Amino acid sequence: MQNDKYVEVLKILEDNAKYTPKEISEITGISEVEIEEIIKKSEEDKVVLKYKTIIDWEKVGEEFVIAVIDVRVNLTREKNYDDIAKRIAKFPEVHAVRLISGEYDFQVVVKGKSLKEVSFFISEKISTLPEVRDTNTHFVLKTYKEEGVLLFTDEEDRRLAIVP
Amino acid sequence: MNEKIRINRKLLEIKPSGIRKFFDLIIGREDIISLGVGEPDFPTPWRIREEMIYSLEKGITSYTSNNGLEELREEISRYYSKFGFTPDPSNIVVTSGVSEGFDISLRALINPEDVVLVPEPTYVSYSPLSVLCGARVITISTSPDFRLTYEHIIENSRLIEPKVLILNYPANPTGVSYDRKELEEIADAVIEKDMIVISDEIYSELSYNFSHKSIAGLNGMEDRTVVLNGFSKSFAMTGLRVGYVIAPDDIVDAILKIHQYSMLCAPVTSQIGAIEALRNGEDELEEMKTEYLRRRNFFVRKIKDYLEIKEPEGAFYAFPSIKETGLSSEEFAEKLLLEKNVAVVPGNAFGESGEGFIRCAYAVSMDKLRLAVDNIIEFVNSL
Repeated sequence: MQNDKYVEVLKILEDNAKYTPKEISEITGISEVEIEEIIKKSEEDKVVLKYKTIIDWEKVGEEFVIAVIDVRVNLTREKNYDDIAKRIAKFPEVHAVRLISGEYDFQVVVKGKSLKEVSFFISEKISTLPEVRDTNTHFVLKTYKEEGVLLFTDEEDRRLAIVP
Repeated sequence: MNEKIRINRKLLEIKPSGIRKFFDLIIGREDIISLGVGEPDFPTPWRIREEMIYSLEKGITSYTSNNGLEELREEISRYYSKFGFTPDPSNIVVTSGVSEGFDISLRALINPEDVVLVPEPTYVSYSPLSVLCGARVITISTSPDFRLTYEHIIENSRLIEPKVLILNYPANPTGVSYDRKELEEIADAVIEKDMIVISDEIYSELSYNFSHKSIAGLNGMEDRTVVLNGFSKSFAMTGLRVGYVIAPDDIVDAILKIHQYSMLCAPVTSQIGAIEALRNGEDELEEMKTEYLRRRNFFVRKIKDYLEIKEPEGAFYAFPSIKETGLSSEEFAEKLLLEKNVAVVPGNAFGESGEGFIRCAYAVSMDKLRLAVDNIIEFVNSL
């Protein structure tokens, strides 16, 4: 399997996971069978981890509370960054965990149904971890762009219908 | 006494654009999927717009030097080396798009009755603008495969001595482009017949099968080539009207003379956007190119079982033949529009040798293109 075909198919899927092998074949010229093989292999190798959808929940009135928490930790012989990160990441409330540079060590994104729920989670589950030195919580007020997708539209196609 | 003729006589020789007529059929209809749009469907990349906005905030709104901002000409000089030659910034004039560049290049070169060779099918402006500056236009039909060859040029300059050859590659409307070997053959004919080439390379970035090379970079050609290029197609900056001319010393001086009296300078805001495009716009450009390539592949693959089509090598146009349907280009385009709400441009708008073909621009989103293709196929099947 050529690597550039593999990458091409993944790039197309990354942008639109709804494309069928037939549609990808029409765009790329790679045979449908080969595309199915690529997709199967990428799933088996855990290169493709999951197919998800980006939803603007605000539009359907389903609101979430999202908090971005900076976490500073104490490292020990027994517990390094990976150990601590895994412990935090396994909570289903935790949306993302990143090791970051700067004053804090981790950036943790937590998603919950209410301010109260998220606050409780942070104070009871994150702050109380023995390795956590301190935290700095930012509640998200509005999201403008998610996963490279703008959550607003302010541009339209203004082109003339026929142009030489 | 003769009535005074108010209008320039030359304009009587020029027909209104065939595209215009078709445009009138569509006006006011919003249910149309148009494959008739010869410009990118992407907005100008944000970094370019943001840079222009910032320049306006700083109050940069005055004239620039006639030949354009020095920084921009230096960037263009560096940039053009990717196409096989590195012009000196003093040989570059920044223009209000290639259209102005083409007009003033011709005016700088043509004396009344000089002969201009225009290969057909041709972009709609070349012949009218040539006529307007007093040239005799000889069109070369490049049927059936729409590739200009050495023989075409020699054959058409047996009885006359053409001064200028118009070259456009990748081409609007056919999508044909030339690799180095083909360009060398064209260059041989140009040198043999002692001609000057005006090479419109506006689609240079949208070359899919091989990397674009400028004919000016070939042996002995730099001194007889006027290169036209710009930012409209590569960086989706059509309405900003910014392009450039690269020409040998004597020609660039002449071009600059006209430019300074007519246009003065290209819009400063657009020139600033152009600098940002060349400095930091590479990623966005590649992204757009990848998308066009996918659409081209899709269009050609789907259509080829129903209409005869050659794979376009560049630009964002496909030029399938509709001869087997028995309809003329105009009939086909009109019926397709009325029955299936898909707009394409009849091939005869690009000269007689375009008859029997339609131009389909795939500068539309994949969803729209899919719909348009399905409708075209349904239409062809219904004939």
